[in-house]
Amino acid sequence: MAALRREGRRFAPLISPRPITAVRSSPFAPSHEDEDPIGVRYISTQVVRNRMKSVKNIQKITKAMKMVAASKLRAVQTKAENSRGLWQPFTALLGDLPSVDVKKSVVVTISSDKGLCGGINSTSVKISKGIHKLNSGPEKETKYVILGEKAKAQLIRDSKKDIELIITELQKNPLNHTQVSVLADEILKNVEFDALRIVFNKFHSVVSFIPTVSTVLSPEIVEREAESGGKLGDLDNYEVEGGETKGEILQNLAEFQFSCVMFNAVLENACSEQGARMSAMDSSSRNAGDMLDRLTLTYNRTRQASITTELIEIISGASALEG
Amino acid sequence: MLRRAMGLLARPIAASGARSFSTDLPAAQTADAMFVEAWNKVIPNMDPPKTPLSFMQPRPATPSSIPSKLTVNFVLPYASELATREVDMVIVPATTGQMGVLPGHVATIAELKPGVLSVHEGNETTKYFVSSGFVFIHANSFADIIAVEAAPLNQIDANLVQKGLSEFTQKLSSATTDLEKAEAQIGIDVHSALNSALTG
Repeated sequence: MAALRREGRRFAPLISPRPITAVRSSPFAPSHEDEDPIGVRYISTQVVRNRMKSVKNIQKITKAMKMVAASKLRAVQTKAENSRGLWQPFTALLGDLPSVDVKKSVVVTISSDKGLCGGINSTSVKISKGIHKLNSGPEKETKYVILGEKAKAQLIRDSKKDIELIITELQKNPLNHTQVSVLADEILKNVEFDALRIVFNKFHSVVSFIPTVSTVLSPEIVEREAESGGKLGDLDNYEVEGGETKGEILQNLAEFQFSCVMFNAVLENACSEQGARMSAMDSSSRNAGDMLDRLTLTYNRTRQASITTELIEIISGASALEG
Repeated sequence: MLRRAMGLLARPIAASGARSFSTDLPAAQTADAMFVEAWNKVIPNMDPPKTPLSFMQPRPATPSSIPSKLTVNFVLPYASELATREVDMVIVPATTGQMGVLPGHVATIAELKPGVLSVHEGNETTKYFVSSGFVFIHANSFADIIAVEAAPLNQIDANLVQKGLSEFTQKLSSATTDLEKAEAQIGIDVHSALNSALTG
């Protein structure tokens, strides 16, 4: 009888503040859960064991993902740090005018293709939408160029008509300057703009990513700002060598600036993505570990309760026989 | 003047506690105040994004007398070859020919053609072959050279250069479309510049 019961089912109360009540065994229904008329629910150890197995697997997977992200981060981080010198000369020459007043702004949003990387893509999209709002008004329009699946999914929902170009699968091959230049060329050819605002997450450290916006102005706007004085007023003092006209050199300069700034932005965003994924997977493994601890406690309690119950039955049966 | 303004307004770093990057130079300037204001008016709930100015050390203002050394930043997409190195002279291959840059050179923006860049410091000269790029010479004797690709001359193989030159000459003769002709021409230009760099 006891053997049968051991084979068939195990009953134990769930984690509840009520004390362990005596088990009412029902000979008919070999179910895992049974509800006592008082209201205490019992759960079988099989269910808890299955749960524990799946949580442990999830923990292993997230730990592995964290290590993969860490190694990818190491690789991209050196590249990103080396490319940081690339945009500084342009900002030193042309300054940085995020509040410039232009008719056509294009927001280039850089995001990742894969998920499970924390909140960086949502932050980029929120900032892009903010810039769109900032730069819209009578006679002013803002369009989007989207790099990466995640931003595409978010922006396509409410700003579909404002999207000019969508580029995905950027990181299929390791990032290099040639690839980004080709990309920049595509954008410059197909999109009309007065100012390009590139939104990305700058990699500060493994746990901190700073949303940043870099502004690249078209040569006409550069001329306009230079003439009107203000921040770019010095630009006229610079002699321009070579080329037939100053405008031609400025055009080349703007395109080169865009490709360099894009290169740095894409690398920084890739670093931020890996770093965010590392911390997301790390907190996920930690949560899985906590869950596993709680489930282990439940399991042990269940197991001990059923053993105790059996002992009680055997002993009470034996003492009844002696009687 | 932008640079003078940046030098004067040495405000502390923004309240969000941004520490400076280890590879970026320490920032002494907060983001463009107008942008922050406009942002806060339209989107009050979010912090405004940072702009490149806050990650960059401002350049020194133009000194009244010509400094003795030229400060050179030579950057490539993959590395900063020279970062704020003080040198005596650099010779850059601008499209208008080899241009020598000394401290106190007039402010210039020049595009580069494939050629040899030589950096003179004291008695040493380091030569690089650059593919193309830009050079900005600022009034405060700072020179920024941005190249797409550069290699020290002693790392270039003469045989490969000859092979490349003959290959591209052949491509030019067999080219049909304008695009192919242009690509072949660019190849010839670069390889003949490499050739003259190695020999000259």
